[in-house]
Amino acid sequence: MTAALPRRWRPPPLVLPSWPWRITWTYLGLILFLPLGAMLLKAAGVGPAGFWEMATTPEAVATYKVSFGLALLASLVNGVFGVVVAWALVRSRFPGQRLLDALIDLPFALPTAVAGLALTAVYSTNGWLGQPLNEAFGLKVAFAAPGVTVAMVFISLPFVVRTVEPVLRSLEKEQEEASWCLGASPLQTFLRVVLPQLFPAILGGVAQGYSRAVGEYGSVVMISSNVPFKDLITPTLIIQKLEEYDFEAATVIGAVMLIFSLLSLLVINLLQVWGQRYQGDEA
Amino acid sequence: MTIVVPTLESAGPGGAPRPRPRRPGVTLSAVLIPLIACLYVGVVILLPALNVVASAFSRGLGPFLENFGSHELLSALRLTLIATAVAVPCNTVFGLAAATAIARRRFRGKALLLSVIDLPFSISPVVVGLMLVLLYSPTQGLLGNVVQSLGWRIIFSWPGIVLATIIVTFPFMAREVIPLLEEEGWEQEEAARTLGASDWQVFWKVTLPSVRWAALYGLILTTARALGEFGAVAVVSGNIEGQTQTLPLFVEDAYKNYQTELAFGAAMVLGGVAIVSLLLKLLVERLLEQDRAAARIDPEG
Repeated sequence: MTAALPRRWRPPPLVLPSWPWRITWTYLGLILFLPLGAMLLKAAGVGPAGFWEMATTPEAVATYKVSFGLALLASLVNGVFGVVVAWALVRSRFPGQRLLDALIDLPFALPTAVAGLALTAVYSTNGWLGQPLNEAFGLKVAFAAPGVTVAMVFISLPFVVRTVEPVLRSLEKEQEEASWCLGASPLQTFLRVVLPQLFPAILGGVAQGYSRAVGEYGSVVMISSNVPFKDLITPTLIIQKLEEYDFEAATVIGAVMLIFSLLSLLVINLLQVWGQRYQGDEA
Repeated sequence: MTIVVPTLESAGPGGAPRPRPRRPGVTLSAVLIPLIACLYVGVVILLPALNVVASAFSRGLGPFLENFGSHELLSALRLTLIATAVAVPCNTVFGLAAATAIARRRFRGKALLLSVIDLPFSISPVVVGLMLVLLYSPTQGLLGNVVQSLGWRIIFSWPGIVLATIIVTFPFMAREVIPLLEEEGWEQEEAARTLGASDWQVFWKVTLPSVRWAALYGLILTTARALGEFGAVAVVSGNIEGQTQTLPLFVEDAYKNYQTELAFGAAMVLGGVAIVSLLLKLLVERLLEQDRAAARIDPEG
């Protein structure tokens, strides 16, 4: 009977032709491309020499070091502990597992201002954790660089956990069992059999978390003392420049961050393609 | 002819977990890993969250409720709700339109278009706000002259706040719905179309019901983010107390001005919304799983 179907049905007809497309492109144009274009035009208007000069003032470079450096530290910490948390969620059974699972999403759901307030309160010198840390090690967390790192850790943790978790779940238990049968220790099995398969996912999660941590403003601005050359992050510098009506400097530094975002998006996509190819090979 | 629906047990060898043999050396890591995970999440996430609750109610329920007599807090709450009420429907329409337009097609640059839709997730919210200032500011903006001659106020006013909220939240819906539509294929829509349904009917009666939970999930994420957006709104709002201050901005402002109780009161409202959205999300996730499982047991699969 199927042979009787007319041939022109072969390429499936488009679902809702044209209207969804029109809405999509108009919306994207007005909401995304127009502001993006305005920013790029303004940045281009500065000229290459001026751009370079304003992008590399000592003040700006100091904030890059804080933003990009501490975000790297935070995402690496999460690269390790995120895998541990994902492992606990997938491979173990223990009371409170559901709560742990739900808590992982809290940094996504919690407004960054609330996160900033919460972290500042906990890690300030009279807070629940800040006080013991200060008394025992003389470590000042809130209103200093460690606080900025803690805030970045907080907001980027879900990225690693949620990227590693599905891959870990899809791993074939047989491979590990084979490895044990052949006499490998659990550590060897983890390092030689499990970790290589998880690696693209871990890297992807770390990259996403890193990108988010670099751009984060709300939680960091509250826990940082915002002192230039100490713990001032780049987004805060942009806002300070705007408040001083130095629009050019704000535009240039904003463009630097924008270029970083575009690059990181590219890297994340490439990592995803890599990870998919890796999984595809197994199947 | 009867259609045999396989039960879960007969679904395949991977369906039911098999008892695993006890292995030496596993018990230590089986205890240690969950312990480390719980400790880490406890210190990084749970403790700060509990601190907000504890601080907000530190003097009992009465003083907490008194916070809501504050004129500034209420006007901030109102502005936040207005921005959300405009942004969420706009983004829902866009998200569904984009999903139906993109998911069922294969074309050059599809991956690129999906990345473009994801852009607001990777751009710093501050840069999003800056983009709007550089476009609409009457003195510095690219469209400054147009805005001025029309007599609009966008920057330092509510339209700017709404726009900022829309930009940072628009990817959620499309992202949740697109994978589901791609997974499902278009047989049902095709059937509806051959039976004479119009595009609009196909959308309302076939497409939308099949993605309802994913769309709801996207709606929850959009709303939660719209209520809590800080960075982008901070840049465009001007942060004028009682006028262009949203609730998240109010939290920061109150804390900076040593009005700690007000800050924690407002934070508790936002935190409560976040927790409700998390619970809803869990519920919707479970419904989504059920739908997916039902699709998998489908006789064809």
